Amino acid sequence: METYEFVVGPGHMDRTALAQAALFDLPVDRLTRFQLVHVKGNLGPAALEQLATSFCIDPVHGWWEPAHDGVRARGSNGAVQLETGLRPGVTDREGAELVRAAADAGLSIEAATIGTRWIVQGALSDAELESLADRVLHNEVIQRWAIGRLEPSFVGELGAAPATETVVVRGLSPQELAGVNRARRLGLDPEEMDVISAHFESLGRDPTDAEIETLAQTWSEHCAHKTFRARIEVTEADGTNSEIDGLMKTYLRAATDEIDAPWVRSAFVDNAGIVAFDNEFDLALKAETHNHPSALEPFGGANTGVGGVVRDILGVSAKPISVSDILCFGPEDTEPRAVPDGVLHPRRIRDGVIAGIGDYGNKIGVPNIAGAVLHDPRYTTTPLVFAGCIGLLPTGSNPTTPAAGDAIVVLGGAVGRDGVGGATFSSQTMGVETAEVAGSSVQIGDPIVEKGLIDVVTAARDAGLYSAITDCGAGGLSSAVGEMAEELGARVDLELVPRKYSGLAPWEVWLSEAQERMVVATPDPAPLAALAARWGVDAAVIGQFTGDGRLLVTDGSETVIDIDCSFLHDGRPTRQMKATVVAHEPPPTTEPIHDGVNDLLKLLAHPSIRSNEDVVRTFDHEIMGGTVVRPYGGVEGDGPADGTTQIPPGTSSGWAMTIGIGVNALIGDLDSYAMAWHVIDEAVRNAVLGGADPDQISLLDNFAWGKPTNPETLGQLVAACRGCYDAALHFNAPFVSGKDSLYNEFVHHDGTPDPVAPTLVITAVGIVRNPAAVPLTGVVKPGNDVWLIGSEAGALGGSHFEEIRRDLEHGQAGPVPEPHTDALSTHRAVAELIASGVVESAHDVSEGGIAVAAAEWAFAGRVGLNLDVAGDARSLFGEGAARYLLEVAPDNASQLTRIPEARRIGSTTEGESVALGHFTVPLSDIEAAFRGHIS
Amino acid sequence: MMRPRVLIPVALGTNRDADLADAFRLAGADPESVPIAALRAGDRQMEDYQILAVPGGFSYGDALGAGRLLGLDLMGWFGDQLAAAAASGKPIFGVCNGFQALVRAGLLPGDGTATLTENGSDRFECRWVAMQPNPASVWTAELTEPLRCPVAHGEGQFVSADLGRIEKRNGVVLRYLGGGYPANPNGSVGDVAGVTDPTGMILGLMPHPENHIHDWQDPLRGRAPSGNCLPLFQAGVRAA
Repeated sequence: METYEFVVGPGHMDRTALAQAALFDLPVDRLTRFQLVHVKGNLGPAALEQLATSFCIDPVHGWWEPAHDGVRARGSNGAVQLETGLRPGVTDREGAELVRAAADAGLSIEAATIGTRWIVQGALSDAELESLADRVLHNEVIQRWAIGRLEPSFVGELGAAPATETVVVRGLSPQELAGVNRARRLGLDPEEMDVISAHFESLGRDPTDAEIETLAQTWSEHCAHKTFRARIEVTEADGTNSEIDGLMKTYLRAATDEIDAPWVRSAFVDNAGIVAFDNEFDLALKAETHNHPSALEPFGGANTGVGGVVRDILGVSAKPISVSDILCFGPEDTEPRAVPDGVLHPRRIRDGVIAGIGDYGNKIGVPNIAGAVLHDPRYTTTPLVFAGCIGLLPTGSNPTTPAAGDAIVVLGGAVGRDGVGGATFSSQTMGVETAEVAGSSVQIGDPIVEKGLIDVVTAARDAGLYSAITDCGAGGLSSAVGEMAEELGARVDLELVPRKYSGLAPWEVWLSEAQERMVVATPDPAPLAALAARWGVDAAVIGQFTGDGRLLVTDGSETVIDIDCSFLHDGRPTRQMKATVVAHEPPPTTEPIHDGVNDLLKLLAHPSIRSNEDVVRTFDHEIMGGTVVRPYGGVEGDGPADGTTQIPPGTSSGWAMTIGIGVNALIGDLDSYAMAWHVIDEAVRNAVLGGADPDQISLLDNFAWGKPTNPETLGQLVAACRGCYDAALHFNAPFVSGKDSLYNEFVHHDGTPDPVAPTLVITAVGIVRNPAAVPLTGVVKPGNDVWLIGSEAGALGGSHFEEIRRDLEHGQAGPVPEPHTDALSTHRAVAELIASGVVESAHDVSEGGIAVAAAEWAFAGRVGLNLDVAGDARSLFGEGAARYLLEVAPDNASQLTRIPEARRIGSTTEGESVALGHFTVPLSDIEAAFRGHIS
Repeated sequence: MMRPRVLIPVALGTNRDADLADAFRLAGADPESVPIAALRAGDRQMEDYQILAVPGGFSYGDALGAGRLLGLDLMGWFGDQLAAAAASGKPIFGVCNGFQALVRAGLLPGDGTATLTENGSDRFECRWVAMQPNPASVWTAELTEPLRCPVAHGEGQFVSADLGRIEKRNGVVLRYLGGGYPANPNGSVGDVAGVTDPTGMILGLMPHPENHIHDWQDPLRGRAPSGNCLPLFQAGVRAA
């Protein structure tokens, strides 16, 4: 077997990489990348020529040449050649397609991988070149690199499979048990190790590696939500003590149970919540976090974040119809030297995450219609990636009950070493060494396989070919089969599981995660296999549900796991935790000064407010043809929308669904209870502007928090959950699904913890019965009235104004926005106005207050505004709940005068500027600032 | 009247076939999405259809260049059926990835070489565009008003050394309106959005007219003339 290497041109200037190099002060003048092809096979010169010209080069302007060892290429002055390639075993769709296409053409090649040759021009020292490779051109986690020539390397040389080992846990001291826990990175609590040790003591044997890994995955924070289920001793702000029997049960589920909304079909029990849509269909709702992987390998982490949440939706038999993403990064202009070792620069994380989300969402063909991008220094070491997905299913079409005797079928991608240990890994804090050890916990997704899975699962659902389904998420088969077998028990033979390559230990096969894999139970696998074959998706029967309550996993004749399902699912001791709720003394309030025009422009250019259109336009938000309100709209398509709205494809009621998102990075530390109210109100407000009926809203909660073992951090989480409970009851909006991501804390070399800003993302999903009445984005025309709904003055504590005016003494800004306990009636009034068709356009008053809302709104419509707003900072820039700006024709004024909180504050004008009482700003200055340019 | 049957081939990674089928259905045809595996096995034959419409998406994950491997499918085992369809004057349509595949397969522009390469902006672009039609293809024969619809692609920059010749025969039947980025979202030479072959039966274009067949889909509804793209599909269906 020979190895061939060739390079494909023309080269491509990589501006993204060049910009990242500049960030690190690397003197790079030009960066050109070429495709590098490594092939293993037996090819004569003619066959090699055919392979390169038929499959690799562009017929019009492409060329290829054998890759030589030289460090210079194509005669560029002083240029250095550097090559990068994927590590063997990392998903390589392109290499696999080359092998497939070549085989089709009768060319015999065994393996192929596609890498990159970089030609670097610039006066770089060796150290700078290394820095360029490490920080910009490659990622150690998934790639290899070399100056000059990269030695080809292929999968399939992993050697013999390691055997199943026994892990001694009996008769060990607490220190020794802790050592086992650490050495295998199990991430279990000491009490849990004790229970496992005692359980196996009672069985008279030690566990296998597969058994203890299965327990660690099933009992991980990621899968078991230990903190949200823990018994918590709370020291309240007033010094009294109380006890909480599970945050989830006491607050989130309790709110849903008490609201008892008739439209909720299922909440918190499955991979996703299910709510009614119209008379024929339901919607499945889910939002996930993928923070830890995205910090290490931004492209792969975000890529598989989308893949994972889409798979969750598929796991309740729904067809994914939209995805959303909320991204939190450090400031783009963070000084590179201020970024600690083990952390990627925010700019690189941002570029990688955005590319990863676009790659996955665009390729599976699901529109990305909602999202937000926040920047804050507290996201520098712990970036956050929230990915949401909504699916559509005919009412009552999600079978959830496997029967004894049903076959266990795996659909989708084969198993590899990538993605081993994802659940335990994401349940631990990250440190400087995490990047080195976590390599195998980060994957690259394969959206093309997932697209096939979507087609197969929806067709199988419609044909009634399965009795239960779940996804192979973190924990792989161990969690998928484990969950489905909870009541019945199951028998699995790992020899039947399709693998990418040989050499995997049995426990690795059992635990490997892939985004593109589902497990179904079916009484008759034959028709399912035939359907899968038609769509080019692999299907394999790996075992059977038994009814004996045991989980028995073999690898051929060898027993790998033999445990009682009840111990696996109910044996975990309830975690005991301590929380301290800190009192929030309202800071003294004085009258902050402001610099009208300049503060407004600074706010418009604030990294969490300014336009993200360049990001959004790399995501396909049009596919499926159902999009009614896009993330950016207005006459030039560059004005920010509020709620985004979609008519689900294949429905006939004419109704739509809308998504509103609420998130805030600034209030959480000051008052997490108030933050919960604030972001729920924001999400509901956005949904109302997307056309939602405020009396049929469902919520998703996503918490990204620091280390809950710190009592004050847990106290903040307790307060946030209480805020969620109170606000959900006020809005009569149940939570239907949620996901917590804890331990978002980076530990510096010197041991200093660097926790994330406590962040709660709320996604509100509403039903739109008259999509034609949804207001347009941006002011429509001059001569209309402008109405402010809600209070004129907002709060400045935790506001964006406070942030840009760092010269203020902190206390001067005053308190954060108070919970608005009559917000729902305001939202109802606005929704009624929208439904009656009198609202021509509207915008919600949120970050940056009335001034920013008016500026964005006028700019989006390229229409001027003349508004009478009081000149104080609270009125101009204050933030708070239940506030809107509406554009209404003067003839319809009577419709608004009956609303107590409505006040006409001005009109839309011919002029190309926004007048706000004492100052006026041209639309051109607004546009420049909103695009991030500020003079 | 019989509704003409439309064959929509679906490769692994194709994802806008349902959108395309919706448009042809609304235009009065009877579309069917057929997996490549079924076509290859001979379960379906082009001779039983009156229109071939190659949909958008990321066939084979865009591996080795957008549309390349699907183009090889079209030229290889499907080549005879395709040639027969073209020879018998069946309308052929390729959108986005389907356009890329028809170009790779040599069917477009048909009298010269062309390629679709990375967007001038270096990134995927999803935005609405306006296009001016000219009537030199059966698909655009009766269109005079501009069409508006979204683009969603990373490799849509039309490049051809033979553009002069194509223009001479009016082969550029759709041009981006407005001039410069972002009106021309990918930097195509001559603002080329879509081209036809010398027979006028084959149309390939990067934008997605199948996503503007209802007025409610239009982000400029009420703010600009309609630009609804359904007439494009209706013309193709009438010609079948």
